[in-house]
Amino acid sequence: MERNLTHIALFAALIAVLGLVPKIDLISGVPITAQSLGIMLCGTVLGTRRGLLAVLLFLTLVALGLPLLAGGRGGLGVFVSPTAGYLVGFPLAALVAGFVVERWRVDVGVAAFAGAVLGGIGVMHLCGIIGMSVVLGKTLPEAALLAVPFLAGDLLKTVLAAGITRGLARVRPASVLSRA
Amino acid sequence: MLTLTSPVETAAHRWPVGAKLAAVALGTALIFPLQDWRLVVGALLALALVYLALGLRFAAHGARMLSGLWPFFAILALWHLWQAELARAVLLAARMAFAVGLANLVTMTTRLDDMLALVERGLAPLRFVGANPRAVALAMALVIRFTPVLLDKMSQLMQAWRARSPRRVGAKIVLPLALVALDDADHVAEALRARGGL
Repeated sequence: MERNLTHIALFAALIAVLGLVPKIDLISGVPITAQSLGIMLCGTVLGTRRGLLAVLLFLTLVALGLPLLAGGRGGLGVFVSPTAGYLVGFPLAALVAGFVVERWRVDVGVAAFAGAVLGGIGVMHLCGIIGMSVVLGKTLPEAALLAVPFLAGDLLKTVLAAGITRGLARVRPASVLSRA
Repeated sequence: MLTLTSPVETAAHRWPVGAKLAAVALGTALIFPLQDWRLVVGALLALALVYLALGLRFAAHGARMLSGLWPFFAILALWHLWQAELARAVLLAARMAFAVGLANLVTMTTRLDDMLALVERGLAPLRFVGANPRAVALAMALVIRFTPVLLDKMSQLMQAWRARSPRRVGAKIVLPLALVALDDADHVAEALRARGGL
């Protein structure tokens, strides 16, 4: 019980830290926010239920007014901004990623990659695009165009999420709770 | 940790949180169906007046909080100039600014303590379905405490990287960071259990 709680809390903090540190080069020279990498890791490392709760905890604190989103944003305003759909997608992405890793009993790296692509790209952008189309008054294909520039970076993040999950499974097998 | 609450003390800081949240929900629900750009711009101007009435410095801070919307204003401007539907662009941009500005107003005038108290009250009924509302409050406190701790450890990891590698800090650093988070979680869990648990 205590262990579940602290894992959920510490991974919520990890999402925040990955959004606040701008200095990691994902592709050399192009600083991209690693926040969605944190979301994917919540799912692939903590599993369906704990991953979902960690992301919900993170979003609750954002709503309460802590500047934890990438670029130091936060507060209630972000939940009605054009990117609000992505915030809805955050917990669903972690849930889907965790579900895939828990249920698909192949090598943990392969399952984590599949989960991260399905949740972190598929579900996340689906929610994000719907959100942008509502707030910006565009059709879904028009809103989808706005998401295209981010796909390359997101694909890279899914590869990283898979590599990190497999690395954790190797050095600390008990810590990958989605497979424990 | 810094919050987004405005340090400039205004009268709105003393209004009850529940009433402010209800006003935001109502305002947002009313603005979305409006199809006449003049009404939406009018609402936006009224909101700007509320900000100004709460003080000039407060209003300037509020305007800065909207800076994240500029890319979307630019997209709307370009799109609708090309489509020659300026009225629609004004409607969408004003609606966006109004909704975000109204919600920010609550965030800027409500202290974190008051928000946390509200959440705890809201979670109290969880007792009846077998969940522990205190556990949720503890989890929130842990995140607030551990975000700066993890940031600190992250910067130590980055310094260690720079001291050893000629290359810039890369994404590989997330693995040791995740390990730090997992180990800290285990330590805190043991400490909690040693003090009597949840």
